[in-house]
Amino acid sequence: MKLGRREFLQVGAAGAAALAATPAGAVGGVETPGEGERSVLVDTTVCVGCRGCEAACAEANNLPYPSGDAVAWATQRTTGPSAFTVVNKIEKPSGEDRFVKRQCMHCVEPACASACPVRAIDKEPTGPVAYHGDRCMGCRYCMVACPFRVPKYEYAKAIPLVRKCTFCAERQAQGKKPACVTVCPSGALNFGLRGEMLEEARRRVFGNIGRYTQHIYGEHEAGGTNWMYITDIPFERLGFEVAVNDNSYPKLVKGALGVPPVVMTLWPPLLMGMYAFSHRKGEVKKEEKGGKGEGGHHG
Amino acid sequence: MASYATTAPAEQGSWVQEKIFLGMSLREYLKSLWTPFNIVAAAILVLGLPLFVYRFYAGLGATTNLSQTQPWGLWIGFDMMTGIALAAGGFTIGAAVEIFGLEDYHAIERPAILTGFLGYVVAIVGLIADLGKPWNMVGIFSQNGTQSVLFEVAWCVCCYTSVLALEFAVPFFEWLGWERFYRPLKKILLALTVLSVMFSTMHQSALGSLFIIAPGKLHPLWYSQSMFLFFFVSAVIAGISMVIVESAISHKVFASQFRGHHVDADKLTIGLGKAGAVVMFAYFFLKLQGAIDNHAVEYIGQGFYGKWWLVEMLGFVLLPSVLYAWGARNGRATVVRVGGVIAVTGIILNRVNISIVAYNWDQPNHYVPSWIEIWVSLTLVTAGVLAFRWIVNRMPVLHELDESPHGTH
Repeated sequence: MKLGRREFLQVGAAGAAALAATPAGAVGGVETPGEGERSVLVDTTVCVGCRGCEAACAEANNLPYPSGDAVAWATQRTTGPSAFTVVNKIEKPSGEDRFVKRQCMHCVEPACASACPVRAIDKEPTGPVAYHGDRCMGCRYCMVACPFRVPKYEYAKAIPLVRKCTFCAERQAQGKKPACVTVCPSGALNFGLRGEMLEEARRRVFGNIGRYTQHIYGEHEAGGTNWMYITDIPFERLGFEVAVNDNSYPKLVKGALGVPPVVMTLWPPLLMGMYAFSHRKGEVKKEEKGGKGEGGHHG
Repeated sequence: MASYATTAPAEQGSWVQEKIFLGMSLREYLKSLWTPFNIVAAAILVLGLPLFVYRFYAGLGATTNLSQTQPWGLWIGFDMMTGIALAAGGFTIGAAVEIFGLEDYHAIERPAILTGFLGYVVAIVGLIADLGKPWNMVGIFSQNGTQSVLFEVAWCVCCYTSVLALEFAVPFFEWLGWERFYRPLKKILLALTVLSVMFSTMHQSALGSLFIIAPGKLHPLWYSQSMFLFFFVSAVIAGISMVIVESAISHKVFASQFRGHHVDADKLTIGLGKAGAVVMFAYFFLKLQGAIDNHAVEYIGQGFYGKWWLVEMLGFVLLPSVLYAWGARNGRATVVRVGGVIAVTGIILNRVNISIVAYNWDQPNHYVPSWIEIWVSLTLVTAGVLAFRWIVNRMPVLHELDESPHGTH
């Protein structure tokens, strides 16, 4: 293992700091998890369904150009290995259309990144959940872990990769906005710090009672996501996973990951103790058989 | 075989003849291979091995029924999950003999370790077939994915397979007659056993922990925050049950190996049954507790999954546990053996239920493995059985060298 002691301590310290910081913020209600991370607030009541975001995404990521509207509106689509974002159309009971753009939610504490044993999926401190294909071994545990079922796999290829929205991490590193946000003409995609976006979402939802559904999807889902949605119809109808836990997914396995240190420290002495005990018992038996049953040997 | 031949001493012909061809000439040996079992096995391998290679050429999409919603299929659910569970006999019996001093079970320690070793090798080969870019597995050692349960699983696979290889090296070097190698290994067998128990505890339980991060996807009756505990306890059951089944088969198939050293198989089986009954009974209530903890009691008996869970729990946990208890109490080894077969089936059922059947239970299109996935799995199992037989027929596994210096024939 290449990991030096110093790095190991750093990793440990960073982990401890992250663990210590998040619950404090959540419990106190003063801080918001990931409030300093880049985030997008999607206001589905404003989206006109132009699908410019899909086209911009395809261009930015060298993906095939999206299909025409007739195909796109025919079904409720999911993202795929060659489409990192899709816009779906949902008809309201009033006959009005609602459009919803789907892509990776970029969790504040991503299940996929925590699940990756080779850190091919890594969370960047500025918000994006990035993917490094060169490290990926293709175990697809990220796909098992993601509560939103976002990571998609190139099953058709002999040397496949996981594909998903990267939040244009490279563009963001150059100070640019994500491609989809840049082209959005309607103001449905609002880009900014998570704390600000959350405030804006609250202002809209709770400042116009009756106009919006009283829920900000992504505020608490999976412990908080960097893509947040507001709408005026039930989120279930938009195709959102409403059964997603409100807690951070990586935290689910914290108890289970506590097992190895306990086992590694306790098992060897415990087992050796048992060995010593059974060995001694065997010896005593032998001695007694040999007629030396003095009975003075209780260890 | 080639690798042995290169290491052979000068009088190569006789060495190969004795060690590889069981003392027969090449013609006799090839003739002896002509049995119905071998023909079936060969038929499986002839198609299966090229299929395994084809998977890497054509990709997972062309060979499996995996999908974007079902990333893990038969190769993980059966080959990996079940292979590892059924390999648990190695550490269970190892611990019983070396640590708890139950000398009676000494006779079945080596076959149990061999089964464990082969089980792990088969599971690893299955895993390689399933991974998209298996060569990147080395990242386990260089990247610190310490937040991942799979990281723990991968490390445990590496460490425990190494330990099993060292444990198996004892009969292997005894077979080659390299005393310098097996004497020291024999001396550290206790240390190896301690390590094997340690790694197995972590590994078996971690395989269960893998699913803790997917609460919405696994049916609530199988999902639990305590899955790591369930997996560990059921691995102990798997270990005990596999040894019961395996020694029953071994005594029939390899009867000649037991000549001269009588082992009271019935007595051992009954002892194992007693242990199995206790562990399984505890496991039954642990699982029940898990369902209650997960607020899933309302699902019991409801719909397909509720009924299927009852089938697993009553038919494949409670029933074998009762058979074990009854057989052990009344001294009926046959009943214990029947219980063993049901228990092993039950472990396979449990692992497949968790990773395939009850996974994505609420999704419209459910995964069914492709014929290639099934055939490759069948090939791996067949290869494992053939390897077991090949080794047992040659190396001092079912009997120990010290008791009969010319054991191999």
